[in-house]
Amino acid sequence: MSGSPYAPHTDAETEAMLEAIGVDREEALFDIPDDVAFDGAFGIDGHTERGIREECAALFERNDDAVEFLGRGHYGHYVPSVVDHLSDRSEFLTSYTQYQPEVSQGFLQALFEYQSMLVELTGLPVANCSMYDAATALAEAAMLADRVRATGGDVVLVPDHLREGKRAVLENYCDGADLTVEAYPMDDGIADVDALTDRVDDDVVMVYAENPTVRGCIEERLAAIGDVADENDALFTLGSDVVALSVLEEPASVGADAVVGEAGALGLPTSYGMGLGVFACRDDYLRQVPGRLVGASEDADGTRAFTLTLQTREQHIRKERATSNICTNQAWVALRAAIHAASIGPDGLVDLANDCVREAAALAAQIDELPGATAPVHDRHHFREFTVRTEQPAAAIAGDLANDGFAVHVVGEHLLQVCVTDLNADRTDDLVAAFTEVI
Amino acid sequence: MIHDQATYARESEDVREPLLSEKGSSTVDVSAESPLPDDLTREEVTLPSPSEPEIARHYTRLSQMNWSIDSGSYPLGSCTMKYNPAFTEDVAADPNAAVHPDRPDESVQGNLELMHRLQEFLAEIGGMDAVTLQPPAGAAGELTGILIAKAYHEHHGNDRSEVVIPASAHGTNFATAATAGYDVVELPSGEDGRVDLEALTAAVGEDTAALMLTNPNTVGLFERDIAEIADIVHDAGGLLYYDGANLNALLGRGRPGDMGFDVMHYNVHKTFATPHGGGGPGAGPVGVTDRLAEFLPSPRVREAETGRGYERFEPAESIGKVHGFQGNWLVLIKAYAYIARLGDDGLADAAAKAVLNANYLAERIELDVPHGPFHHEFAATAGDRDAADVAKRMLDFGVHPPTTKWPEMVPEAMLTEPTEIENKSSLDDLASAFNLAYSDVEEALENAPNRTAASRIDQVGAARNPRLSWQALDEE
Repeated sequence: MSGSPYAPHTDAETEAMLEAIGVDREEALFDIPDDVAFDGAFGIDGHTERGIREECAALFERNDDAVEFLGRGHYGHYVPSVVDHLSDRSEFLTSYTQYQPEVSQGFLQALFEYQSMLVELTGLPVANCSMYDAATALAEAAMLADRVRATGGDVVLVPDHLREGKRAVLENYCDGADLTVEAYPMDDGIADVDALTDRVDDDVVMVYAENPTVRGCIEERLAAIGDVADENDALFTLGSDVVALSVLEEPASVGADAVVGEAGALGLPTSYGMGLGVFACRDDYLRQVPGRLVGASEDADGTRAFTLTLQTREQHIRKERATSNICTNQAWVALRAAIHAASIGPDGLVDLANDCVREAAALAAQIDELPGATAPVHDRHHFREFTVRTEQPAAAIAGDLANDGFAVHVVGEHLLQVCVTDLNADRTDDLVAAFTEVI
Repeated sequence: MIHDQATYARESEDVREPLLSEKGSSTVDVSAESPLPDDLTREEVTLPSPSEPEIARHYTRLSQMNWSIDSGSYPLGSCTMKYNPAFTEDVAADPNAAVHPDRPDESVQGNLELMHRLQEFLAEIGGMDAVTLQPPAGAAGELTGILIAKAYHEHHGNDRSEVVIPASAHGTNFATAATAGYDVVELPSGEDGRVDLEALTAAVGEDTAALMLTNPNTVGLFERDIAEIADIVHDAGGLLYYDGANLNALLGRGRPGDMGFDVMHYNVHKTFATPHGGGGPGAGPVGVTDRLAEFLPSPRVREAETGRGYERFEPAESIGKVHGFQGNWLVLIKAYAYIARLGDDGLADAAAKAVLNANYLAERIELDVPHGPFHHEFAATAGDRDAADVAKRMLDFGVHPPTTKWPEMVPEAMLTEPTEIENKSSLDDLASAFNLAYSDVEEALENAPNRTAASRIDQVGAARNPRLSWQALDEE
């Protein structure tokens, strides 16, 4: 193949264009000194479209075909076909940030609707139109806390049971702001509020809790955590996901100042960790919010119209004083989450969430009956996932289960974690049968 | 050419397509239906409950009120709005690729091999030695790169406090340096629009952690003195960071690694044609030279030490993580497919035609272009016209306008990047749109646009009275 299939110039056109410019060949347009010029030989062969599709399909077929009982921050639920078909409309997919709102009303309205759904789910009045994922959203919340809390403190408190990757991202952002991340202890799977109360003082700029926790436990004393944070003038940030938010305690009602988490649980199939970060907060912090915000306004004809707004917070205007460096975000994933939420409606969403509670409890009870296994480890209510204590080494059991075509998490020497959603709920009996064999 | 964008109207309500919430919502009594005790649940939740046919029409109508690359020219400078090849969507939609990130290495060999291949492609294209695919966007790549520079300096016992950035750089560079905890030293542009070597020499010193540079820069000029720039920064003990936003101009003709850059990010949604998705997702892989490889985020992918297959590993001095998992996987698949489609010849041709198109378009428009020779983009000046008004008028002629009023070194700038996908006739149309708008009467500019779904939108009012949700609208 010669040339890019997506550069449509005929030779005659190229000639005419070169002539109009006044040069005789394309090379003459490059002002690159010889000592840093490159000869173009990457050693990458071009392929046909069909060849690439076949090659990649063959590559992906080499992934084992496993039934995944995996969660810990990345969740798969069934995504209705209408989500793919509408979000794949190229008017959405091939557009960019709405710098010219007059020709971008469609995406702006869709993002405004997404923001509104998060306002409903969190009870907080401000939600942006996406962060990259739950981990970066948490990090941005810590940056917000550092800006808005005038305590002079430098500690961000997080639960002891926090996904390692999430904490690693948080630490990277905190390092630049001279903040320190510390963990507070857990009590049988949920926050140890007494220990937390002892720990929180003027040094703390933010208290972070998750509901459900990464082990799937539902927090029982969120309002108390909110009070502890509030009494010490620390920001209370709550982590969750859009499905859990539809049934669990409303963050605003327990005193949350900010909500972060994962919205890709709707709209995004399991995708090797790709996400959609939620960021919502109280009105007081409106001008400190990271990322893009869509607002309602009107056009010259007096008709309601939407536009990106409060952009003086952002990097392209405020530069090093911006609230965040984020530019490109996850807007299209937010569109998908909104379509998914609309397509199942509040009834479907609540049903989905309730099944996450019921199925987890039912599967844990089944596993608990097996000799050599205790589930759930924590005497709490669970959402989607729970841990299993095993007499045999957990890694060996997980390895045996993998040979039978099931994937579960190993989270300790004798600790497994199992996640059940609508996608694998019809395979729980098979999982239990496999467990019975290998345990 | 003219273009009337579709619109919908309910004049009685002064709205176009009603909001989902205005089409009907329902409330669910959560506590009544939940298997959980009441004190662990919310009381109720209210959300829109449209039927699927209503949803199909709602979003189809919204899409018709949205400009896109597939609608027409989209020459936003510094954004590289290329055609997004349709087949890459199908490659990425393969259900076998849709696995959980916590699956063990041995069970996801297909994914790991594709990641490894893409790391190798990108290393070759950038002239780098090692690549991470984790950063989920260009700005996240910048942060990754600057954190690597910071870790490198700290590892060698150097406490450096400043990052030097040319005034014409993308806003993200400044915000990134600040996020990483650095003080920003802004470098004024030289008379010719490039880096002024004397100013650079004065700006760098023992506090300099890095210089962040875009090349070609944001008005499309190649920094011809790049070898000397690299020497000045390196002699001061600093590192050279390459902002990959304009890499499309260099494909096959220059590699950052050969120019002395130590660390760079790639904007795969620009250079490698993955869809911009109305603002994202993109991906911002980062490449480094050997001396920085140990600091890359975890995990990276390599050929397994057993000699069979591929494995993830944590580099010895890794900065940790910049994304909760492994970044925007679906985007990375599309980037791989694009690069494999084009190969050496296609990539070089993309750059050649992108530069040809920018130069041809500049030749055809009546606006002055103060700085040259430029490559894939140019900053025209609207002179005594308001660039933002000219842009609004261009919307009426069936094109998306360029980036306006930036970079600031060009007064009333219109930063234009047509990319390689336009042919001569679409560039002629684009030039006509420029010229018609630029020469139109003041009143027409101020009243534009007229053929778009919305007429001129009140931005000041939106910021003065923020209404960011349908709940806020309901309160009025």
